[in-house]
Amino acid sequence: MITVVQPGLYTTVQDRGRFGFYGVGFPPSGSMDQYSSAVANILVGNNPDAAVLETTFLGPTLEFEQDANVALTGASVDITLDGISIPLWTSVSVKKGQVLAFGGAIAGVRNYLAITGGINVKPMMGSRSTYVASHLGGYEGRVLKPGDRLEILQDSEPKEVRVGCEIPEDLRVTPRAHQEIRIVSGLCHYLLDPQSQELLISKPFTISTEANRTGYRLKGDQLSFVERRQPFGAGSDPSNVVNLGYPVGSLQAPSGLELICLMRDAVTGGGYATLATVISVDLDILSQMKFPETVSFESVSLETALQLRSERAQRLRNIAELVNSIA
Amino acid sequence: MSTYTQFVDGSQASFGGDEFIFVEVATDMDLEATLRVIALTDAVSSAEISGVTDICPAHVSYMVRIDPDIRDPREVLPILEEIHERKAQESKLVIESRIIEMPILYQDPWSHDVLMRFRDRHQDPNASDLEYCARINGFASVDEFISAHSSRLHIATFVAFMPGNAECYQLVPKDLQLEAPKYVRPRTDTPDRALGFGGAFSTIYPVQGAGGFQLLGRCAVPVYEAKQPFGPFETNAVLPKGGDIFKYRPIDMGEYEEIRQQVEAGTYKYRIGVLEFDLSRFREDPIGYPLTLAEALP
Repeated sequence: MITVVQPGLYTTVQDRGRFGFYGVGFPPSGSMDQYSSAVANILVGNNPDAAVLETTFLGPTLEFEQDANVALTGASVDITLDGISIPLWTSVSVKKGQVLAFGGAIAGVRNYLAITGGINVKPMMGSRSTYVASHLGGYEGRVLKPGDRLEILQDSEPKEVRVGCEIPEDLRVTPRAHQEIRIVSGLCHYLLDPQSQELLISKPFTISTEANRTGYRLKGDQLSFVERRQPFGAGSDPSNVVNLGYPVGSLQAPSGLELICLMRDAVTGGGYATLATVISVDLDILSQMKFPETVSFESVSLETALQLRSERAQRLRNIAELVNSIA
Repeated sequence: MSTYTQFVDGSQASFGGDEFIFVEVATDMDLEATLRVIALTDAVSSAEISGVTDICPAHVSYMVRIDPDIRDPREVLPILEEIHERKAQESKLVIESRIIEMPILYQDPWSHDVLMRFRDRHQDPNASDLEYCARINGFASVDEFISAHSSRLHIATFVAFMPGNAECYQLVPKDLQLEAPKYVRPRTDTPDRALGFGGAFSTIYPVQGAGGFQLLGRCAVPVYEAKQPFGPFETNAVLPKGGDIFKYRPIDMGEYEEIRQQVEAGTYKYRIGVLEFDLSRFREDPIGYPLTLAEALP
């Protein structure tokens, strides 16, 4: 058992996400930065589906009532164990009675805390991920509160991982104040006028204070849409369409005023034209960004998006090999 | 590979990043396109394409979600194209459906409290949402609007947004179709089970939260129940399915409270009937045919 002394700003149980229910309105949820989350699990010998804690800006203070190996990845942050700093991207042994405490994130937004065995909450529809809006999954379908008690799943055959095992610098996440975010064009991109199509990939956009697990709002130059007869049932604004499905990572621009990138807890559909989709590996990068950092969008082919995705998978395989060889 | 692929039936497909394919069957709301989307997504589902994790029908478009670690999405596109070619010949105008009765307290006090708090975001700050909807649709009174909204059936044409949410299109001839814009700026609050109306669509809000539809009333029974599942929720946390037909039955406060007690005790029994919906018969007789559908209610 682990007792939540202080919950932090917005701490939830997450895993790889929920599949198969998008069509009836359940977004995937799951760790926003899938790469960091996966590395944390590898470092403690967990399988890739194990549930972790995801923090936001300020993580929790946790009292361990049992021995456990843990690993922290993601944002740059000071983390202490009984008042003494411990390294990130490294497997660490925690003894019964010790207190793990997060400072505020210095760079980046989200940290992932994996514990050997994984956090044991009841899987809902195939996943332990928390979807707060519908009170589903995770710890009672909500963010953690003081006094919550987290149970650790006892793996029958845990992988041995040597404590102190460290991920090399070049395989860690490096938060930056400006990032190139790659998008695949498509969906209702044809509704943007040619100047705005160009503007989307040439001008920087600033992340606003409204940036969370549901969506990232970005400020930048105004976008405009081609003139057309509005379809029946769409609504009168040129950015309106007859309600349609929203891919995770899709960009929309209600009335052209601001850009919204839909994240892993987003609504699954709605009535604004979708313009392009952030590729899955760059959703990890965007998830570590905050106000007033900036992004530039770069249009890439699907082939490139898939290539980058398989490179991420290969990096994770290399990390698993590295960790296992040290064990 | 160009951004868009045109299918033989006029549909347009494109990729939504590395995990999604988006197919636009039509751009205007049209029940025939909705039924085509249902037929197409049923066929995609039956094809059991490996790597496809989610199939998401919408009003006149659909998405499939693919796990690219299992299957290259570029291999899935031609499979969809082939299904469209096959289905282009047949026009399936009949779907298996259910009719579900939803007891509604129109003009309820809770929605009224909320909507009064957000008058500054509304087209007409001096009227209630119902008064506004009645006026812009040419009705002399709120009661006449409620009668028009509740006396004819509504069909779920897009189950999405949030679990339990189903956007429903009223089964009436086009000249009787009610319409209303969404709020100028969305509210940050809506009661759970509120009956909303926006564009040409009605929905019951599954949970409390933000929203932009005009608020007409409150449903006594839930459309989403994960915590204390009873009745239909024992097998599925979500009540509505695409193609379901809803009968909004106006009730008074006394009956509302009675039903609420049954819901909280887990003893409420939804009135659900099974039927076939035939678009061609609806087109022939858009007034009379829906009346026969209501007979399927137990």
